[in-house]
Amino acid sequence: MSNSIMLPVLLPFITGAVLILFVKRPMLQRIVAGLMMIILTGFSLYLAADIYQNGMKTLAVGGWQAPFGIVLAADNLAAMMVVLTCIVGLVCLFYSFATIHTERERHYYYPFYFFLITGVNGSFLTGDLFNLFVFFEVMLLASYALMVIGGTKYQLRETMKYAVINVFSSLLFLVAIAYLYSVAGTVNMAHLAQRVGELEQTGILQVIAILFFLVFGIKGALFPLYFWLPRSYYGPPAVITALFGGLLTKVGVYAMIRVFTLIFNHDIAFTHHILIAAAAGLTMLLGVLGAVSKYDFKKILAYHIISQLGYMIMGLGLFTKLALAGAIYYMAHHIIIKTGLLLMAGAAQKVTGTTDLKKMGGLLRTHPYMAWFFLILALSIAGIPPLSGFFGKFPLIVAAFQEQSYVIAIVALVVGLLTLISMMKIFMYAFWGQQKHTGDQAQVRVGKLLAPASVLVILTIALGFGAQPFFTYAETVAEELLNPAGYIQTVLKE
Amino acid sequence: MELLMLIVIAVLFGVGTYLLLSRSLLKVVASLMLLSHGVHLLILTMSGLREGAPPLLDESGTGATDPLPQALILTAIVISFGLTAFLIVLAYRTYKAHDTEDLEQLRGEPNE
Repeated sequence: MSNSIMLPVLLPFITGAVLILFVKRPMLQRIVAGLMMIILTGFSLYLAADIYQNGMKTLAVGGWQAPFGIVLAADNLAAMMVVLTCIVGLVCLFYSFATIHTERERHYYYPFYFFLITGVNGSFLTGDLFNLFVFFEVMLLASYALMVIGGTKYQLRETMKYAVINVFSSLLFLVAIAYLYSVAGTVNMAHLAQRVGELEQTGILQVIAILFFLVFGIKGALFPLYFWLPRSYYGPPAVITALFGGLLTKVGVYAMIRVFTLIFNHDIAFTHHILIAAAAGLTMLLGVLGAVSKYDFKKILAYHIISQLGYMIMGLGLFTKLALAGAIYYMAHHIIIKTGLLLMAGAAQKVTGTTDLKKMGGLLRTHPYMAWFFLILALSIAGIPPLSGFFGKFPLIVAAFQEQSYVIAIVALVVGLLTLISMMKIFMYAFWGQQKHTGDQAQVRVGKLLAPASVLVILTIALGFGAQPFFTYAETVAEELLNPAGYIQTVLKE
Repeated sequence: MELLMLIVIAVLFGVGTYLLLSRSLLKVVASLMLLSHGVHLLILTMSGLREGAPPLLDESGTGATDPLPQALILTAIVISFGLTAFLIVLAYRTYKAHDTEDLEQLRGEPNE
């Protein structure tokens, strides 16, 4: 029992609500938002350290004990994701001080920003399946608003499609919960894990498992359900895309990892080794092929989000300790890197006024720091040692060979190569070559944009050089996931 | 009773799916409304229909209806109400900006 795990949900919620009162005063909003986000980040780090040392914490909201009331449960995985959310939230917030237009600030940008953080943190911390749905909705509603804020023609059109597909998948989520409730008679995740274990995962429960896979596949943009992602992420300003690219799809992946390690872990040969592994391989391959075929800074990065989701799901599909630890490490790496890269796309767009690679060039000469930051991030995402991408992919591929899943191991290696090719394509077109932007544009200062993003660059280097302690942490998380008995006992207090 | 409910749910899902696949923006929004009604009924039916008892326990501890699905449905209704309001405004703004509500014409760039 610990009230402290409520704070990562409550603090951004209250901040968002308070910020509504000051929408007409952008400066005040920025100060309050910045301060609150720093406090939140500091607190989340403290929480993660506390949970790592003293074990997981639970909170029965309103004093209604599990499995009857709603519980919040923070184990190491949830705490890690909350920390990453806060770091990305902090970086993107300071980046948006410099880039978001005042008109957007006046139209409730910061309140929605904090409601989004509320939803994301809530999804990570909840221990109740229906509550997960509610926090998903909090997050998604804020994301629709952030995606459409500014109201350009492109944004309106693509947000409509994004909203419809997400509402539909939320309805499917409810259908899955309804079926599961009819079979197991509970919506508490720990209690569900127990009941599903007693019932054995056959017949209807197998169908429900696949339904959950579909739901989280739509939310997390997996093959064959990723078609909505590239175009809807292209529309909004770069900082919003960066925030979404870093966080939103990962909530889907997190939910999938949670559900398929805790509840549906009784028929691994089918659900994990066939269904999830096949989806992982195809997601990786088709995502990266999309990236190779595009000539647009932001679109290439959007397709890379899809391709890299495949790696995380691959770890879940292999379902060994090494593979899961690799997936956890890769998820942390991906959230940091992807946000950083999309922020770089925003900086390049600010200078050149376009994201079309064929109209860009020579940024290395006029904006060297931006170019080097991008190069470090790009090499990291392609998996060049000693940066963090290498230490994410290496254990995954080793685990695939150990499990004799040669096909997926080879797919992962080929995808790594294609990732490198498409990142180098961006670097060659946008940063090398003839300068295509005007002299005035060459004078545009991007220091305020690069300063927040530099935190992410430092983090990827730190994750790479400090791989040993970080990977040990990831292994601890993986071990917890593979032995859900601890989670179940802590939540149900038996 | 279960059979009747299941038929109602099936009709709602069928009509909802048909409208979801139509080309009109407003029909798509309406389809999501119908589908959400179908889902709410599904939660109610799936958790076991019981007639003639309130969702409260008396002191004898017998004869109560399961209150949890009703709480779930209430939450889901509130959420889908908010979403529907948002979607209608969004559809209206999209229509105003593009001068059409034909999804075929809202496809985007032709070369993709």
